Amino acid sequence: MVFKVPSNPNHSVSSFLFRRCAVAACAGEEKRVGTRTVVVGHRPVSETDAYVAQKFCDNRIVSSKYTLWNFLPKNLFEQFRRIANFYFLIIFLVQVIVDTPTSPVTSGLPLFFVITVTAIKQGYEDWLRHRADNEVNKSNVFIVENAKQVQKESEKIKVTVNGEVRLLSLKLVGRGRCVVRAGGGMSCPGELTHYAVRDTTVLCTDEAIDALTATIECEQPQPDLYKFVGRIIIYRSNQEPVARSLGPENLLLKGATLKNTKKIYGVAVYTGMETKMALNYQGKSQKRSAVEKSINAFLIVYLCILLSKATVCTTLKYVWQSNPFNDEPWYNEKTKKERETFKVLRMFTDFLSFMVLFNFIIPVSMYVTVEMQKFLGSFFISWDKEMYDEEIKEGALVNTSDLNEELGQVEYVFTDKTGTLTENSMEFIECCIDGHKYKDCISEVDGFSQTDGPLKYYGKAEKSREELFLRALCLCHTVQIKEADQVDGLIGHPEHRYTYISSSPDEIALVKGAEKYGFTFLGLENNFMKIRNQKNEMETYQLLHVLNFDPVRRRMSVIVRTTTGKLLLFCKGADSSIFPRVQQEEIQQTKVHVDRNAMDGYRTLCVAFKELTQKEYDKIDRQLNEAKMALQDREEKMAKVFEDTEADMHLIGATAVEDRLQEQSAETIEALHAAGMKVWVLTGDKMETAKSTCYACRLFQTSTELLELTAKTVGESERKEDRLHELLMEYHKKLIQDVPKNRGGLKRSWTLSQEYGLIIDGSTLSLILNPSQDSSSSNYKNIFLQICLKCTAVLCCRMAPLQKAQIVRMVKNTKGSPITLSIGDGANDVSMILEAHVGIGIKGKEGRQASRNSDYAVPKFKHLRKLLLAHGHLYYVRIAHLVQYFFYKNLCFILPQFLYQFFCGFSQQPLYDAAYLTMYNICFTSLPILAYSLLEQHINIDTLTADPQLYMKVSDNAMLQWKPFLYWTFLGAFEGLVFFFGVYFLFQNSSLEDNGKVFGNWTFGTIVFTVLVFTVTLKLALDTRFWTWMNHFVIWGSLAFYVFFSFFWGGVIWPFLKQQRMYFVFAHMLTSVSTWLAIILLIFISLFPEILLIVLKNIKEKSHQVRNKIIRKVPDSLSARPSVRPLLLRTFSDESNVL
Amino acid sequence: TEQAPAPPGDTGRPPDRMTQRLLEGTPPDHQTVLEMGFWSWGVVTLQNECPGNTLAYSSISFFYSPTVNDCPFFPLQIDYTGTEPSSPCNKCLNVSWDSSPPCTCTINFTLEHSFESNVFMYYGLSNFYQNHRRYVKSRDDSQLNGDNASLLNPSKECEPYRTNEDKPIAPCGAIANSMFNDTLELYRIDNDTRTPITLIKKGIAWWTDKNVKFRNPTGDGNLTALFQGTTKPVNWPKPVYMLDSEPDNNGFINEDFIVWMRTAALPTFRKLYRLIERKNNLQPTLQAGKYSLDIAYNYPVHSFDGRKRMILSTISWMGGKNPFLGIAYITVGSICFFLGVVLLIIHHKYGNRNTSADIPN
Repeated sequence: MVFKVPSNPNHSVSSFLFRRCAVAACAGEEKRVGTRTVVVGHRPVSETDAYVAQKFCDNRIVSSKYTLWNFLPKNLFEQFRRIANFYFLIIFLVQVIVDTPTSPVTSGLPLFFVITVTAIKQGYEDWLRHRADNEVNKSNVFIVENAKQVQKESEKIKVTVNGEVRLLSLKLVGRGRCVVRAGGGMSCPGELTHYAVRDTTVLCTDEAIDALTATIECEQPQPDLYKFVGRIIIYRSNQEPVARSLGPENLLLKGATLKNTKKIYGVAVYTGMETKMALNYQGKSQKRSAVEKSINAFLIVYLCILLSKATVCTTLKYVWQSNPFNDEPWYNEKTKKERETFKVLRMFTDFLSFMVLFNFIIPVSMYVTVEMQKFLGSFFISWDKEMYDEEIKEGALVNTSDLNEELGQVEYVFTDKTGTLTENSMEFIECCIDGHKYKDCISEVDGFSQTDGPLKYYGKAEKSREELFLRALCLCHTVQIKEADQVDGLIGHPEHRYTYISSSPDEIALVKGAEKYGFTFLGLENNFMKIRNQKNEMETYQLLHVLNFDPVRRRMSVIVRTTTGKLLLFCKGADSSIFPRVQQEEIQQTKVHVDRNAMDGYRTLCVAFKELTQKEYDKIDRQLNEAKMALQDREEKMAKVFEDTEADMHLIGATAVEDRLQEQSAETIEALHAAGMKVWVLTGDKMETAKSTCYACRLFQTSTELLELTAKTVGESERKEDRLHELLMEYHKKLIQDVPKNRGGLKRSWTLSQEYGLIIDGSTLSLILNPSQDSSSSNYKNIFLQICLKCTAVLCCRMAPLQKAQIVRMVKNTKGSPITLSIGDGANDVSMILEAHVGIGIKGKEGRQASRNSDYAVPKFKHLRKLLLAHGHLYYVRIAHLVQYFFYKNLCFILPQFLYQFFCGFSQQPLYDAAYLTMYNICFTSLPILAYSLLEQHINIDTLTADPQLYMKVSDNAMLQWKPFLYWTFLGAFEGLVFFFGVYFLFQNSSLEDNGKVFGNWTFGTIVFTVLVFTVTLKLALDTRFWTWMNHFVIWGSLAFYVFFSFFWGGVIWPFLKQQRMYFVFAHMLTSVSTWLAIILLIFISLFPEILLIVLKNIKEKSHQVRNKIIRKVPDSLSARPSVRPLLLRTFSDESNVL
Repeated sequence: TEQAPAPPGDTGRPPDRMTQRLLEGTPPDHQTVLEMGFWSWGVVTLQNECPGNTLAYSSISFFYSPTVNDCPFFPLQIDYTGTEPSSPCNKCLNVSWDSSPPCTCTINFTLEHSFESNVFMYYGLSNFYQNHRRYVKSRDDSQLNGDNASLLNPSKECEPYRTNEDKPIAPCGAIANSMFNDTLELYRIDNDTRTPITLIKKGIAWWTDKNVKFRNPTGDGNLTALFQGTTKPVNWPKPVYMLDSEPDNNGFINEDFIVWMRTAALPTFRKLYRLIERKNNLQPTLQAGKYSLDIAYNYPVHSFDGRKRMILSTISWMGGKNPFLGIAYITVGSICFFLGVVLLIIHHKYGNRNTSADIPN
């Protein structure tokens, strides 16, 4: 169906959705080969077209996982696929089937709790998805039916088969193009211009649209957002069908919003779950954190403990029972059934019973708590006011809560340069035309050359060259003009009337730069570009073709026809991609400028042009159209045409655009360094530009010794590989063999020794990673890696997006699998963001792809500092403590029960009452640790942010290594022993009450349990360094609840219980003074090691503080250095440190 | 030996301090540890204060405590299992349940010190696994609570002591079935005259057990009628409604029975048997002198290598004498005190270093 997208009368953004549409041919994934054909209009397709009826899905978006009906079975199935849940299910079933000491309720209830909580959480999330789906599916769209607009719910949009209404490629009303702004959350780059196919732009009414007959062929749905290949064939009653190509610029993605166009007509080509947005939505893979691996390792240890406990008990039971009066004394005879059971079977069930009895050692509720902690904890990042950016009115964004603690473990930071380290707000600085340098705008008509500066030869290029250059700047771009409010034709002050819109800030800077020199771009209308020249005359150029920019070619071109009929091709691009395509003799003088500018940290672009003859143009035109029409290998074909077209050009000049460093990026990098992280800059920029940026942001210090592996040092010759080999060996020797063997101790404290920085460029990297078949080069990669890992800072320039990901993967897979973090802002960083353990997106100017694909998104690079040093550190400490604490509290919970077996004839008699067994993990001890793991700040946030060295304390998963694990385990075991034997010796007494009455086994267990609950809770209180009212509430509240519950539980004869074991046990226990004294004593003894440790630590810290006071003065003064723009400090380019 | 007693004022304050520190989130320092030491001392002093003695006594209790056995009020224990051939009860060693008349034996003993306050008489069993799982669960609490339905249809948990000859057993289960049934009587021997000591058999069970948890079946008629249709536990010589002559101590609410039904925590345990009340303030409850213990030996323990004891004990407001608590508090207290001193010294030394370190070199 053709439908129309209306927009609000007030011309603001109207939101509507498009289901994805379209297309065919397949370069790419094998699965989605083939094309789809969409028929527009009422009339049957001409018979000559072999039309195969295709089935398209409807336009319902289903992002929800469950429906009302299948929620229960499906959700349960998914939950029990988790090993832990499944394990508890098995335990539960064992309890149901076998005669076990504890009732199935004791493990069934926690499991039920866990399952329910998870189910509720997932159900809620799914409900949200349903709601979002409904919002989208029920939203109203206008559909053109029989020349009338009909309002329908969006889910009724169909790609139908029998030829009535079909969907779309865009027809746009108005001037034939529209700017689309990313719609809520799912977006394409900030603002993009999309175009209607030329032949359809005239169709501006419902009737006209209705009369249209066409077929659209396009690829089968593909997840790549930035690629679309298709063609539209328009049939007109008495003409040959016209075929036009469709590209991504003709396709609106679902969720897009119109910006400066009121309405458009479109055809839906992809619908529902086949839209590109939906395909992308599904495709995100789950990243798992390293902490989970530790948890699993610990789980295995505890599983072993559990199994060995059960084995020991079973064995001892049968040893003990070998004495008949132990096995079956007269007072305790077995039932007939028991006597008749096979011995082997009995042993097996005994083993299972012990398993069940001790299974609490593996904490059921830990998973839930961990999940809740992660889920709730992630809010702290998005709530952080310091990460709120006034400019974009947004704070940090958390896309996944699974990786919070990973932020505290980062060892390698891979950062993009443009837009990440720098602001990506470009400013035109200077240009050079034919080797003459022009700087600063002197808006005189004829003289804008600059006369100061270090260049010895200055002067002016010919007037015509100047103008040609400026025209090139004005024409060779894809900038749009957005008119502010009512345009009244006055263009005296363009800044006030226009806003330039482009997906690339460079282009805007260039256009603005040209404007300063007198050439103003006035906009594009009906394919005619208008510019006003220095003499205030209008010039009009017909835009014939735009050869779009792509990161591989690193250049773009336009072909225009002047009013006089001359055909001109203007090309601008990176020097490396322009120089080989221009006359060699022109290069030299411009190259000097380009290199100098690059050294100063400016982004340089070279501008070239060529004149085309009509014949040449016709050929190019034909080739281009053919290539665009191609449904197979379109990109390759296009690339080839571009390659052929952009050749033999003439170099006119070069531009230098400054990209300012983001505020505090230098301090941030310095802090990351000090925190023991290695920072790698991966950029597509020139080496010189990148290098000076690196100096500016202090990635390289002046004392850093630079190792270069670039085209420059390796050379271009055929001996490349040999030379590379030599260099690699040399560096390797320098870094690894010559370094004294003290690296173990100094693993991350290289700050003490000589720092090395490595620079490598894309071509050398590919040489290393993909060496030619022959020979010795195979282990380059290894040597290279070793060198890299030894360097404090690595700069990789001229990287293609895929190479960025390659580097990340390479580092990620090295020995010890260090945690990597990628941060970037643009589409070209997405691959590395997805590849790294933690991907961070900058909500920058280059659109939202990066932040959408990232795990966390922050407004600025400087926020990384707090995100890692404070949040990451805290999250890690919290979760590590949470995990250790969970194992610890369950060990000292179950150890007394194990010991009790030695005193009850290994009969699996539980020490604690079933209610306590059940409630321990879910009620009495769960909330304090949850609150702790959410709120704890063992070190003040400001201190953490200010002192990066603290980050190293938790590096290498320090708190979840075996050593702390053993410490916690021993602590748990010690406390378990204290609990049990303390009470055991207490019970040697004749009576604990002052009236001589005696206590039974349930009192014994209750005393142990009381001591246990108080000890583990107070232990947490001892560990808590940051008390909020919530901590107080849950810690003291839990204890109070325990006491209250015990009274309550023992205060009533419960009709549903078979045995009233606990009746008034707790109350009686408290009437005994001895018991009070024993409880207090045992709690104190249990906590004593902990208290002692804290005291000792305090003393140690105090003495350290004194020592550090002096030492710290040095780094303090370093970081206090103001971050002025050292870009201008030319001294950096002295290359004094380059090898 | 002139160790000063803990200052009484110190006993209350330190824990407050400690709590306060916990509240503030400040880690405890060495002072806290020191205070803990003092505090423990206080408790030790209390713990070892023998009833009726003066403060002078408590001042030396620090050294006295480890040898608390010498305290005249330490319980008196008499093992009457009769495994040794010399024992008067040796003849009853292999007694069986249904031997009648019961085997009786008498053990004479001398009380070195008199018991001044109320005396509690316990029986103790060893190697008797009352905490065995099969045993612990072998009872029906709703039957014991007077539920008429459960009376006639006891819980399956009672197997194999649920029915006998097709009649439900009341009270059912292994615990009830194995109820301790030795009879102990105490005589004072004064110039060859045996004066029986009055043993009070009420007030030995938990009040809540006696009045709430254990109930006789409800209905009209006497107990015999109410237990109609049930049979006695296999090992019992007589049914449950004939446990005692007094109606408020008969049936399920018989206190001996209730005490037995509270299963012990450990295989060696004691249970309260009788009370001996002090009659007047002029005489001690039990004077020093000769006594004899008459035993109706019904309860076989030799078959499972068990032991039987009779224990006489007095009790302070803290319960019976407990060497464990005393020793533990003293040990912990001393360690804390020692550490506190050490840390204090370190603190002083370190404090000095602190000032010197301020001078930059």
